[in-house]
Amino acid sequence: MSMAMVEASAPPLSQAGWIRAWPIYPLLLFVLAFFVYPVAQILWLSLIDPDGHFTLANYVHAATTPVYLQTLGITFQIAVWTTLLAILAGYPVAYLLATSRVRTREALTLLVLMPFWTSFLVRTFAWMILLGRNGVVNHLLVSLGIVDAPLSLIFNFTGVMIGMVHSMMPLAVMAMLSVMERIDGNLVKAARTLGARGGNAFWRIYFRLSMPGIAAAGLLVFITALGFFIVPSLLGGRQQTMISQVIISVVQELLNWRFAGALSVMLLAASALVFYLYDRLLGMSTLSGSADDVADGRKSGVLARAGSAAGERLIAALGWMTDRAGALLETVMPPRADRPRRAWSRLVLGIVAGLIIAFLCLPSLFVIPVSFTDGSFIEFPPKGFSLRWYETYFTSPGWVAATTRSFVVALLTGFVATVLGTAAAIVLVRQRIMFRMAIITLVLAPLVLPRIIIAVALFYLYAQLNLVGTVAGLVIGHTILAVPYVVITVMAVLKTYDERLDHAAWTLGASKWQALRRITLPQIKGGLIAGFLFAFITSFDDLTIALFVTGGSTSTLPRQMWNDLLLQVNPTLAAVSTLILVFVTAFIVLAEILRRRAVAG
Amino acid sequence: MAAPASGAAREAITPDAPVKLSIRNVGKTYGGITALESASFDLRQGEFLTLLGPSGSGKTTLLMIVAGLVQPTRGEVWIDGKLATYTMPDKRDVGVVFQNYALFPHLTIRENIAFPLRMRRMPETRIAQEVARVLDIVQLPHVAARLPRELSGGQQQRIALARCMVYGPSIILMDEPLGALDRKLRDRMQLEIKELHARHAITVLYVTHDQEEAMAMSDRVCLMNQGQIEQIGTPRELYFKPSTPFVADFLGESNMLDGTLEKAGDVALMRGPHGLAVRARTHQVIAPGDAVKAVVRPESVRLLREGETADNEAAGDVTEAVFVGGVSRIFITLTQGVVISAKQLTDAAVPQPRPGERVRIGWNIDHGVVLKASEPAR
Ligand SMILES: Nc1ncnc2c1ncn2[C@@H]1O[C@H](COP(=O)(O)OP(=O)(O)OP(=O)(O)O)[C@@H](O)[C@H]1O
Ligand SMILES: [Mg+2]
Repeated sequence: MSMAMVEASAPPLSQAGWIRAWPIYPLLLFVLAFFVYPVAQILWLSLIDPDGHFTLANYVHAATTPVYLQTLGITFQIAVWTTLLAILAGYPVAYLLATSRVRTREALTLLVLMPFWTSFLVRTFAWMILLGRNGVVNHLLVSLGIVDAPLSLIFNFTGVMIGMVHSMMPLAVMAMLSVMERIDGNLVKAARTLGARGGNAFWRIYFRLSMPGIAAAGLLVFITALGFFIVPSLLGGRQQTMISQVIISVVQELLNWRFAGALSVMLLAASALVFYLYDRLLGMSTLSGSADDVADGRKSGVLARAGSAAGERLIAALGWMTDRAGALLETVMPPRADRPRRAWSRLVLGIVAGLIIAFLCLPSLFVIPVSFTDGSFIEFPPKGFSLRWYETYFTSPGWVAATTRSFVVALLTGFVATVLGTAAAIVLVRQRIMFRMAIITLVLAPLVLPRIIIAVALFYLYAQLNLVGTVAGLVIGHTILAVPYVVITVMAVLKTYDERLDHAAWTLGASKWQALRRITLPQIKGGLIAGFLFAFITSFDDLTIALFVTGGSTSTLPRQMWNDLLLQVNPTLAAVSTLILVFVTAFIVLAEILRRRAVAG
Repeated sequence: MAAPASGAAREAITPDAPVKLSIRNVGKTYGGITALESASFDLRQGEFLTLLGPSGSGKTTLLMIVAGLVQPTRGEVWIDGKLATYTMPDKRDVGVVFQNYALFPHLTIRENIAFPLRMRRMPETRIAQEVARVLDIVQLPHVAARLPRELSGGQQQRIALARCMVYGPSIILMDEPLGALDRKLRDRMQLEIKELHARHAITVLYVTHDQEEAMAMSDRVCLMNQGQIEQIGTPRELYFKPSTPFVADFLGESNMLDGTLEKAGDVALMRGPHGLAVRARTHQVIAPGDAVKAVVRPESVRLLREGETADNEAAGDVTEAVFVGGVSRIFITLTQGVVISAKQLTDAAVPQPRPGERVRIGWNIDHGVVLKASEPAR
C-alpha cells in the first residue's frame, strides 16, 4: 500500500524522474555493453561475409548440410522427451509439496532444489559412476541376478534422458508448485461434498486448475533443454549430439564465428518459435501463473477454445475411470462407517513422490564413497579406504590454481552483481520509471537465453578487447548470468519492506543516504546476502562461459573438471566433486535460510 | 391457538420431528492439540442450529466432521438414523456452503450448479431443468453463463447456496457463509437464508462467531468454548438462563458479582463482597457455601426513584454516565465497592444522573441468575 502511494506521488516522466533513477544506469549500461551488444554482434555477423557484404551463405550451408538439420531434429526430440518426462515425474512431487503442511513443504522444497544448485558437472559425473558399464546400477543388477550381462545405460539416449530429466525436473516442480499453491484447498473438499468421489474431484477440479502450471513448466523446461550440452556430451553417444555441442565445436575447432552465429540464430529462432506457438495456443498469461486467466476458456488461445471441449471430455473420462478403479478396490475392501478410512491414495502418493525425490537427491551422493577409494580407477564398491585422491587434489598445482581462481572470480562476481543488482532493484521497486517492464525483461533475459549464445558472443567481444583468459572477462560474463538472481531476490525482499520506516527516518532528520545506510540496508541485509550467495554459486558453477574464455593455465574449477571428464575420468574427480558437493550444499542451505528470513520479516 | 405468521417456521419444528443428525461424544485431536473435546447433540428435521463460539473453539472442526471431510478421533455421527461416522463425504447426503463459497473458478455458474447433478449421473435434460429451478429460487437466472469471479460477493454467496440446494441434501452445513460480506449485505442475506430455510424446510447446521447473527437466525444455538459445548438451547434460554459464567459473559453484556451461596432453592440468596446480598433464580444444584456468581444484565438494572423498591436493592455513587443516543449507560460504584453498569432508554424529560451523584439501584429476582463460579472440570 505504501508502495502504491509512493509510486503515485513520484513524478513519472519529468526530468527529475530520470535523474532520480540514476542507480539503475550502471546495470543498464553493463547489460547493454556485455549482453545486448555482443549478442547482437554475433547475430549480425552471421549475415555478413568477411568482405562486409550481406550474405545468407551461412544459413544456406546450415540448411543444406544434413548433419546440422539432423542435430536440430535431435535437439528438439531430446527437449520434447525431457519436457514430457520431467512434467510426468514432477507432477506428483509438486502435488505432494502443494498439499503438505508448511514446514514439510519447506523442507521438501529444499530437497528438490538442492540438485538444481549442485554443480551440473558433479551431478553428471555422479550419473557416469552410477550408469557406466561397471557402474553401481549394473553392479547391483548383475550381482542380484536380475540381468546376465551389464545393460548399456550410458552413451545413448537412455543416459541422456536420465541426466536431462534429473537436471530439469526441479524447474518443472517449482513452476507447477507456484500454480498449485494458489489453488484453494476448499475447492476439492467442496467437490467431495457435492458428490464427487476422489477421482472426479481430483481430475475435474484440482488437475484442471493446475494445468497453467503444467503449461508454464513445459515451456521453461523445453526452452532450457534446447541449450544443453554438458549432459549429452558426457552421457550421450554420437547419435545424441545437440545443437549447443555443434556450436562449441564450430567455435573451438573451426573458429568460424559467422557460422556459429548462424547456428545460434537457429537455436534462438527455435526458442522464439516455441514461445510464439505457446502464446498462440495457451496465451502468455499462463506464464504469470494466474489460474483464473487460463481457467477462462473464452480469453485464451486457439487450443483452449478448439481443444477445450475434447480436453474437458478427456478429463471427465479420467475422473470416471479413476473412480471406477476406486470402486473396484472398494469391492475388495468395503469402506465401513464405523472404522476410520485409510488414506491409501495419500500413501501411494507419498511413496511415488518419495522415490522421485530420492532420484533427485541421492545420485550425487555416490561421488562420496568413490572418492575414498584406494584403487586407481573409479569403481563401486570402492577398493579399500584412503585419502590419496584428496592428497592428489591438494598437491596438484593445476587443481589448486583452478580452485583459487574459481573462488576469486565467484567472490568478485558476487560483489559486482550484488551492487549493480541491488541498486537497480531499489529503483525498480520504488520508482515509477518509464519502460519498467521492458527494463525488467532485459535484465532477466540472460536467464532464458541459451547460455551458449551469450558465451560465444562474449568470446568474440573479448577477442577484440583482449579479455580472453582474464579474470575480468570471467567476472563480466558471470555477472551477466548472475545479476538476474540478485534482482529477483532483492526485489522480492523490498516488496515486503515497509517504506514508511524510511519516511520516518527522513522526518527524523536523516538524509536519504543515511536512511538507506542505517535503516533500509540493515533490514534487507538477508536478501542482499542471499542474492550474493546465489550469484557466487552461479559463477562458481559456470562452465559455459569458462569453456570459451579460459583454458590451460587460466582454467576455473569447472573447466578443469570438464577437461578431465572428457579425457581421463579418475578418482581425483570424485574427491573434487565431494568437496564441491559439501561446500555448495552448505552454501545453498545458508542462502535459502537467509532468503526465507528476509522475505518473512 | 394459531401461531403468528412470522413465527410459522419456528413452530414447524415440533419436539417429535424426526432426528436428522445425531452427534455423540465426538472428539478430534491433531497430534497433541485437542480441536474438539467431546460434543453431543441432536438436530431435528427442519431445525436451524447455530454453532457459536470464539475463534479456535472447534466449530469448523465439528462441521467438517459432520461433512465427512475430517475424521473424528472418537465418537459417532448418525445421519437419518444411519451410522455415518467415517462414511465418505460423497455418500452422506450433506451439503456444505464454505466461507469463501468455493465456487469452481473455471466453471460457469451453470456448470457449477450442474456439478453435483453430473456426479449423480442425472440426464442432461433434467440437469437443465434443475439448474433453472434453483437459479430462480435464488433470483439469479440471468447469470448462468458467467464465471464466478464475474459476480458480486452477495451473488456468489447465493450461487453457493443454490449449488448446495440443487441436489436436495438432507442437511446443509454453512461455515461462516456471510463472513466475507459487508454489514448491510450480511443483514439482507441473513433474511434470505432464513426465508429459504423456512420455505423449503431445510435442516441447517450453521457456524458463525457473530452472536447477533446466531440469535437472529437460529432455532437453537450451541455455544462452544475451547473444544467443548458450553450450552445448547434457544437464543432466549442462552441469554436469560446461561448455565455458565462463560455463556453469560459471551452473550450480550452482563454484570457479574462474585460471592458465596447462603441459601439454596429456586430463589437463591448469595452473599457478595462486603455483605452485598443478591437474590436471584438458579437452575443448578448448588449447595450453601459454594462459590457462585450472580449475573444481571445492565438493561435489567433500574435506577430507583424516591419510594420505589425492588427485590434487590443497593446504593452507590455514579462514576460515569454515557449518552449514546437511544440508550444511556450509567456506571455506579456501590458502597460495597463493586461497579455495576446499568443501561436505560434515554428519556429527554428526565435529566441524566451526574457523576458523583448518590443513587439507589435495584433489579428483580427474575432478572438475575446465580451460577456456580467454577468452570466445569475439563
Ligand atoms: N488440521 C489441523 N491441524 C492442527 N490443528 C488444527 C487443525 N485444524 C484445526 N486445528 C486446531 O483446532 C482448534 C479448533 O479449530 P477450528 O478451526 O475448529 O476453530 P473454529 O471454531 O472454526 O475457529 P474460527 O472461528 O477461527 O474459524 C484450533 O486450535 C486449531 O488451531
Ligand atoms: Mg472456523
